[in-house]
Amino acid sequence: MMAGTPLSTPPGESPLRPNLPEYTVSELSAALKRSIEQGFAYVRVRGEVSGFKRHSSGHCYLALKDTEAVLDAVCWRGTAQRLALKPEDGMEVVCTGRLTTYPGRSKYQLVVETMELAGVGALLKLLEERRKRLAAEGLFAEERKKKLPFLPAVIGVVTSPTGAVIRDILHRLADRFPRRVLLWPVAVQGEGAAQQVAAAIEGFNRLAPGGAVPRPDLLIVARGGGSLEDLMAFNEEIVVRAAAASAIPLISAIGHETDTTLIDYASDRRAPTPTAAAEMAVPVRLDLLAELDAKAVRLAGALSRLLTERRARIAGLARGLPDPRSILDTARQRLDDRAERLLVGFRALLGVKRHRLDSAAERLGGAALPALLERARARLDDMAPRLRHAATRFLAHERHRLDACGGRLETYGQALRDTLARGFAVIRDASGAIIDTAAALAPGDALTIEFHDGTLAATVDGSPRRAAGKSKKPRPDQGSLL
Amino acid sequence: MAEPAVPPDIAAMNFEDALAELEQIVKRLEAGSGKLNDAIAAYERGALLKRHCEAKLREAQTRVDKIVVGADGQPATEPASLD
Repeated sequence: MMAGTPLSTPPGESPLRPNLPEYTVSELSAALKRSIEQGFAYVRVRGEVSGFKRHSSGHCYLALKDTEAVLDAVCWRGTAQRLALKPEDGMEVVCTGRLTTYPGRSKYQLVVETMELAGVGALLKLLEERRKRLAAEGLFAEERKKKLPFLPAVIGVVTSPTGAVIRDILHRLADRFPRRVLLWPVAVQGEGAAQQVAAAIEGFNRLAPGGAVPRPDLLIVARGGGSLEDLMAFNEEIVVRAAAASAIPLISAIGHETDTTLIDYASDRRAPTPTAAAEMAVPVRLDLLAELDAKAVRLAGALSRLLTERRARIAGLARGLPDPRSILDTARQRLDDRAERLLVGFRALLGVKRHRLDSAAERLGGAALPALLERARARLDDMAPRLRHAATRFLAHERHRLDACGGRLETYGQALRDTLARGFAVIRDASGAIIDTAAALAPGDALTIEFHDGTLAATVDGSPRRAAGKSKKPRPDQGSLL
Repeated sequence: MAEPAVPPDIAAMNFEDALAELEQIVKRLEAGSGKLNDAIAAYERGALLKRHCEAKLREAQTRVDKIVVGADGQPATEPASLD
């Protein structure tokens, strides 16, 4: 390799004499490379990004241009990942880096080490364009906003572990309502800050409920105040998208009240300061206790009033109810009354009956019976002479009949006796009945035979002989001859 | 006398819902309508809701842990030491 610095000591005695040292292309290219890399080892250049292209290898290729010139630039993969911004065509940027050459293509280029937006105006323009683009995707839509929990049990905070922000948040939480806080420490500015913030939001969301690390029910992404450039991590698309995608409600609290970063559009609530985020996160415990006490008093009072009212109504209704004792007393009084009347009535009835009995008895004993007896006696007295009279007459009459019959009877007796005296007899059996036929007699029968001068006892000793009997003995019915 | 256990449906409620139901019960009781049995049941539920809310308010303690992501990429916690 040639020594010296050919460009700084140009040969020039005579164009005719070619004593000019002769370089090979490689030698010259190497000399150029050395010269440029030494002379422009660290430069700062401003220009507009053009032809930005990210190769699959991770290296980025672009050109910086202004109205007059174009400068190729490359950003190696390691650097590209750490860039504070994502280059886009048309972006006005200020890059730092070194110049190098690429001898194979006779080219030179800037190797970018850092890149930032050129000027606030350009930055704001960039942010506005990004905001519009993300809004068009619907990332900031109102209907995506989630309601913050009233009383989160666990709060996840994404911020720097050092500095005032986390302490402000913890102090305010302690004042209002102490809660469990999980701090996910991140760098809040500089290279890689956006990636860390996005990873922290996603990491909290990946925690399973009930896992070893409790899943927060509220996230706070916070950073203290700073310049627009300091807050740039919270304008990065990766952070905005992570905030929009968070299933856990998220409060953003970046910078001061006047600062607005793109994460504020994507978050569910935007707090002007980290302290305000803590106030949004939890209610004031003492207020809640007081409210709860007031409600408890109202609860007890309401029930007590309700009971008092009901009691009063019962008492009112009870007054309307008749006293059961008085009902009983009335009933008893009526019973007594009826019992008394029953007794009185009975006695009265008894009196009436007795009176009637007495009166009947009086009539019976006092007047009627003697009169009856008198009448009976009178009739009896009346009857007696009539009876005597009738009897006398009857006797006289009967005597007369008797006398008449006696005379006739004597006549018959005389005739009978005359008949007997002429030889007739009357035969009678043992009972005294007159026998007028032989057939009525059997041998052995006892007989009496009456003659005109006496009576004999006889006994039948033979059988009847009709012809002989007729001649020998007179037939009893011969009496009719009398 | 032992206090009755908070029923599971109340135990599962968050503070805000429990407070809202307590408020409803109070309003209903203050309206003075309804049956006495219902009112007493409502009061008892209200008392349980209040106890649940108080328990929620008692769980007030600060504990700050810091997330540390292990080599396997799994997050774990360790007590945060903030200066």
